[in-house]
Amino acid sequence: MTDLPGYPSRRNFLKASAAGVALSGLAAQAKAQETTPPVPLEDYDRAYLNADEWAFVMAATARLIPSEGDGPGAIETRVPVFIDLQLAGDYGSADDWYMEGPHVPDAEPARGWQTPLNPAEIYRKAIPVFNAWCEQTHGAAFAELEAETQDAALTALQDGDVALDPEIRDFFSILLANTKEGYFADPQYGGNHEMQSWVYIGFPGARAAYRAWPERHNEKYPLGPVSISGERA
Amino acid sequence: MARQEKKKDVVIVGLGWTGSIAGIELAQEGLDIVALERGHDQNTVPNFEYPQQIDELKYGVRLKMMQKPSQQTVTVRRNGGETALPYRQLGSFLPGNGVGGAGTHWNGLNWRPQEVELRLRSYVEETFGADIIPEGMNLGDYPVSYDELEPFFTQFEKVAGISGYAGNLNGEIREGGNPFEGWRSEDFPMPPMPTTYDSSKFRDAAAAMGYHPFPASAGIASTSYVNPYGMQMGPCNFCGFCERFGCYQYSKSSPQTTILGALKRYPNFEYRTQSEVLRVELAEDGQTATGVTYWDEAAQEEVFQPADIVILSSYQLNNVHLMLLSGLGEVYDPLTGEGTLGKNYAYQMNGGISMFFKDEEFNPFVGHGANGICIDDFSISQNDFGAEGFIGGSYWRSGTFNGQPIRNMPLPAGTPAWGAGWKQAIGETYGHAMSIGSHGSHMAYANNHLDLDPTYTDRHGRPLMRMTFNWQDNDLRMNQFMKSKMEPLAASMNPDSMRAGFKGPGAEYDVRPYQTTHNTGGHIMSENAREGAVNRYCQSWKAHNVFAMGAGNFVQNTQYNPTGLVGGLAYHTVNAIRTQYLSNPRPLV
Repeated sequence: MTDLPGYPSRRNFLKASAAGVALSGLAAQAKAQETTPPVPLEDYDRAYLNADEWAFVMAATARLIPSEGDGPGAIETRVPVFIDLQLAGDYGSADDWYMEGPHVPDAEPARGWQTPLNPAEIYRKAIPVFNAWCEQTHGAAFAELEAETQDAALTALQDGDVALDPEIRDFFSILLANTKEGYFADPQYGGNHEMQSWVYIGFPGARAAYRAWPERHNEKYPLGPVSISGERA
Repeated sequence: MARQEKKKDVVIVGLGWTGSIAGIELAQEGLDIVALERGHDQNTVPNFEYPQQIDELKYGVRLKMMQKPSQQTVTVRRNGGETALPYRQLGSFLPGNGVGGAGTHWNGLNWRPQEVELRLRSYVEETFGADIIPEGMNLGDYPVSYDELEPFFTQFEKVAGISGYAGNLNGEIREGGNPFEGWRSEDFPMPPMPTTYDSSKFRDAAAAMGYHPFPASAGIASTSYVNPYGMQMGPCNFCGFCERFGCYQYSKSSPQTTILGALKRYPNFEYRTQSEVLRVELAEDGQTATGVTYWDEAAQEEVFQPADIVILSSYQLNNVHLMLLSGLGEVYDPLTGEGTLGKNYAYQMNGGISMFFKDEEFNPFVGHGANGICIDDFSISQNDFGAEGFIGGSYWRSGTFNGQPIRNMPLPAGTPAWGAGWKQAIGETYGHAMSIGSHGSHMAYANNHLDLDPTYTDRHGRPLMRMTFNWQDNDLRMNQFMKSKMEPLAASMNPDSMRAGFKGPGAEYDVRPYQTTHNTGGHIMSENAREGAVNRYCQSWKAHNVFAMGAGNFVQNTQYNPTGLVGGLAYHTVNAIRTQYLSNPRPLV
């Protein structure tokens, strides 16, 4: 079996799986193999978001998937990094979508994406509007508010109680979808750090080989996840 | 001025399932053939290799295997009074892109229609009377019968490598199969796939209620297999990455795994990728086509490809669009009923129930796209349309198909969409839920049709195709009937809680959530040139050397996934070309 440069090899995956079987009972081994620790979020070199936007995305995702309770939150899984990278890439600029005019941004929601703005532009325009609403309503920008007030502000945004122009009216649903994507996507996209969300819910990630399992009924699959790049947890 | 290529015997537009079938069957006749494919080339190695393919974000969410709306899309309106708006971001349906087309990223659910579905108008009139047919419903018969198509269903299933268990073998009803299916001249090429836990629970509950459970007919290899073209498949490992993905291990039926490798060995066949056909060119008298003009992406120029036979085998929407742009028929007018192109666009009416069992383990990531146990007890041939007040039916299925958490995270009713409550719920619920789906018919209506948009254009300056489509009362009533029958079955399984999702009265079409890529009709088959765009051999009534493949031929949609009927019709068409047309090119009807 030949290993191609730059590609994780099938052989390494098999080794990882075998190791997973052998060590699955040992909590000490249920930790992703990390060679270099990631850059702390406060020192992260942003690809798209500016400082105010970054502060907002950090604070908002921390409430959408909070750290308290069982399971990791958006901050531990580095969801803000995922969002920044996605907005800097072809998703942010809507490269695959039909964006020709005329646009009817106030069409009813069931008509689909009708704003002339791409996702990156929506973040750029909506965050200052929402921060201004937070200042007017709660006395400070979103990131400066107490957690409980932040939750109330996000609920107002979700319920359409924050006046937004039609071009940016779907900001909350886009932000929430991107947050969950960053939480659950393969770690190569910057979020789901150390596959913590997969460990939490019991999704084996890129293992993708369960030939012995269809007829093992009502029996929990025992192995932790692997990632596309060959991490295991 | 367009560059001109050397004339070919046959030009094939789109190299998916039906283009591959036409290619290999006509290559066996020694014809000189070129296939033009809008998208890129792709094959199991290197394009679908492990582990790069196991990427929910890239393929499942960002849809990198699909047609890009920036390159080609439609506009949509719900009725003639609305202004159609572009389908800018993929949602409701996902046409494929590149070699293999939708046959690369499908789930592998391969069904034959029921016998009555191909003569539905006659069946309804004979059994219930014509007066139950609602105003505005274009209910029709197919101009081919089940018996005529049966050998071609069998041929497609052998090529595609389908796993299952025949319930009706030459008229003999067999225990454990589907007693309501059309007869089969042979059993499936491969035995059925193993049964997962959710499927077994559904099977037991359905049997206890007197229904007739059977394993789904799967375009997924249950064993090693060699098909009639010598192509080899290996048994599926339940990786759970079928729909929206290419199969990394030669287990899912696709043009790549079952035809293309054999086809590429014919020296009289060639294919060109990044070659987007812009129109079919007609001879001056309009009675035949002279070839097609396409956009060569690499050369950035238009090219004329002359050919004696034109096979339109792109996706249903794109086939209809090309025919509209090329004048291969008159445009359908819903007010007068005149015209044929764009007529009888139809879709699929689906619903389902999620059930939550906190103490049971379903391992939802262990699965495949065509996994599951089904029942056909509420199918078209079994429902009393007169008593129930609708025309239609559905099949039900339960089986894990993927556990990819961005898109597949069913949660109990009342769960918050975010915050601490959501996070707690996903930890408690993931892996402890199962579902039953109802996959239902969709009739054709005067008001659901396709034509050219007056405002929006594509990158070549061509008008986008305009879809006028909304849900209709008949199909919504069918869906509510299924809900009323499914809820007691689900409740009999004693879940901790359950959550139903069935569209009901007044529901309007929403282009955002994924529903199904079973777009049908628009160049329908017909007995005469007044009723449809092609005849019983899928041969254009307008230009006899143009044949249109695919689900655009469907008179109305069936209750099943369309691929089995698409494959059967494709073999029926190429058989007619081989045995009747080549020796004497002419209108075959």
